[in-house]
Amino acid sequence: MTPSTGVKTLKIDGRDFSARPDETILDVARENKIFIPRMCELNGLSTVGACRLCLVEVKGSNKLLPSCVTHVEEGMEVTTTSERLTHYRRMIVELLFSERNHVCSVCVSNGHCELQNLAQKLGITHVRFPYRNPKVEVDASHERFVIDHNRCILCTRCVRVCDEIEGAHTWDIMGRGVDAKVITDLNQPWGSSATCTGCGKCVHVCPTGALFEKGRSVAEMEKRRSFLPYLTLMREEHE
Amino acid sequence: MTPDELLEIAETERESQKRFTHRVNVCLAAGCVSCQSQAVKDALDSDIARRGWGDHCQAKGVGCMGLCSEGPLVSTGVLTGNDRLYKRVAAADAAEILDSIDGAPVSRLRCPTDVPFFQRQKKIVLENSGVIDPERIEDYIAAEGYQALIQALTEMTPREVVEQVMASGLRGRGGAGYPTGLKWSTVAKSFGVQKFVICNADEGDPGAFMDRSVLESDPHRVLEGMLIAAYAVGSSDGYIYVRAEYPLAIKRLRAAIRQAERAGLLGANICGTRFSFKIDLRLGAGAFVCGEETALIASVEGKRGTPRARPPYPAMEGLQGQPTLINNVETFANIAPIIRKGGEWYAQVGTEKSKGTKVFALAGRVQNTGLVEVPMGITLREMVFEIGGGIPDGRKFKAVQTGGPSGGCLPEEVLDQPVDYESLARLGSIMGSGGMIVIDESSCMVDVAKYFMDFCMTESCGKCTPCRVGTYQMHRILSSITEMTATPQDLAMLEEFCDLLKHTSLCGLGQSAPNPVVSTLKSFAAEYKSHIEDHTCPAGVCGKQPGGART
Repeated sequence: MTPSTGVKTLKIDGRDFSARPDETILDVARENKIFIPRMCELNGLSTVGACRLCLVEVKGSNKLLPSCVTHVEEGMEVTTTSERLTHYRRMIVELLFSERNHVCSVCVSNGHCELQNLAQKLGITHVRFPYRNPKVEVDASHERFVIDHNRCILCTRCVRVCDEIEGAHTWDIMGRGVDAKVITDLNQPWGSSATCTGCGKCVHVCPTGALFEKGRSVAEMEKRRSFLPYLTLMREEHE
Repeated sequence: MTPDELLEIAETERESQKRFTHRVNVCLAAGCVSCQSQAVKDALDSDIARRGWGDHCQAKGVGCMGLCSEGPLVSTGVLTGNDRLYKRVAAADAAEILDSIDGAPVSRLRCPTDVPFFQRQKKIVLENSGVIDPERIEDYIAAEGYQALIQALTEMTPREVVEQVMASGLRGRGGAGYPTGLKWSTVAKSFGVQKFVICNADEGDPGAFMDRSVLESDPHRVLEGMLIAAYAVGSSDGYIYVRAEYPLAIKRLRAAIRQAERAGLLGANICGTRFSFKIDLRLGAGAFVCGEETALIASVEGKRGTPRARPPYPAMEGLQGQPTLINNVETFANIAPIIRKGGEWYAQVGTEKSKGTKVFALAGRVQNTGLVEVPMGITLREMVFEIGGGIPDGRKFKAVQTGGPSGGCLPEEVLDQPVDYESLARLGSIMGSGGMIVIDESSCMVDVAKYFMDFCMTESCGKCTPCRVGTYQMHRILSSITEMTATPQDLAMLEEFCDLLKHTSLCGLGQSAPNPVVSTLKSFAAEYKSHIEDHTCPAGVCGKQPGGART
């Protein structure tokens, strides 16, 4: 990280803040306890701007900008919550629910799920469009962990943590569009993976019940959030 | 190669061509090859040999002559000013064509060239297409090839080259219409240890074949454009990203690169100057989204072809994080004439904001399908009814679709609007890369919208949520409309999705995926309504079979 040259000042939701030029809008918001919804972003991992939940309005720009990858600029005026943004965010969360088989009542992460929490926060009581109900697999071949593709929202946190922090790059994505899915090695059973170190980082960064430890029943899979400061620390040392 | 050597090659080639008083040009671009034009060429060759005409008559394989629907095309008499175009030529017709070479034309094969299809065209990009042999660098050099490069290298500074491109008013021919000169200037001014020039030849719009045709008919023109661009921005490494579905274009590009390297026009110290540049080919594996510049760069880097957020733009941080100039095939193909004749010459053609010409692939329900190059500002009506020759089988025109899956369907009412970037955008479509599909009354516009949504759904890379799942949901609703099971609430939901995808998707594919739906909802709302309320398809297309018929 380069030493701060030319600190910027900007407005977020009408309040003034200062930021280093290498910080994103989301960095500044997080530092100042302004909540911006997101799924793919996790502090300490690289940003991809994929889930589109963190879109914000910036005065003077006719486009909505993803706050996780948009760097601050002098005099920027950011709005993180508006009727329009909430409308879009709700639709995106509904789309995520409709994509696979998200049935909270029987999910290991019920009550500790980032997708569920966000839906509640956005006031979503039901999904307005039909579920796609695809037939997808559960891979329980690993001795300690399970990947349940029914709950995966393709945030790719597992892919990034495995590559960037653990350095194993066991996870990746295959397929396109709605048929995309996360895979271990070259789409081999996780249990037979030659690269997986069994560290479990992927499980604990997973926002939903897609990745969980064996032996957890409904609502029992609480992700260890103490893991996350460790992630940030690693990231800082790494750079 | 020094400039003098180049002139010498041009002179020698012209001299050696002079001994042929007669020439028969046979189209050997993919369209005509697919209907056996190679056999026609072989028959002509052997017949010429049999007659002992080898000293004065030559059958020459050339690039696209434009009227692809009437192929294989053969032209004679280009040298004597007594030129004739023959259509649907078979190998068995070779003798008859040679017999009549000085006499009356073979009337049953004759294709009239005094029709608007040929007369209304203005050829800049395609000036050599159908004239030179794309597999011989000497032929290109004889047609003033590589002169612009030498002119740039020996007489102009990089800044002067950029200024000429700026003065020309040329805009990106890939579809978005970003000013080319500005892009070059940005890359030239960006700082990096290395800079790259990439030619985007990943043409993927359904019904579009402009770039393929240019690459097959005149590959050296694209190389020359890239070389001039590399000189202007200070790059030493170039890539051509071409889709693997274009084997003939790849073959000719490979041959062209080899020939240019051997001639010292590619490689180190080009023309004895300090300028060095090399070009590598990268083949796309069939993903439409790799035509998006950031996905293309990821693919060239060997990664999964998915787009990323911009900024930073490739002009600042592109391939390997270095400043990268990405232009489309047709954009590069415009460069050599601009340098040769000057930016102001180019700016005389076209409209106020859209300069020059545009190559269109005219397809669909229209008499003349094929490749045309027209000045910007021509009206849609002229395109469809004069150049295209109108709708066959006495049917009625319904819409013209421009810009592929990112574009829109334009109805009869707007046919008198000019074809330029701003007008098409205002009408709810886009210029796009040049696909122009004519639709007649026998097609259902909901079905057309569904077709394009199906395309976007299967070509979505799956990275961002709105595009990945949104295109699926939109396709589901469009399918239910064509199956007559949709409700008015579904239609309202469809409109909500249009808005969502446009404003929240990551890249151009998702942002423009709703365009075919938005434009058909705007101009053909009655068709949607009759599917939903009266459960009938006015065109009689939908409901016949599950999922409706494909256009």
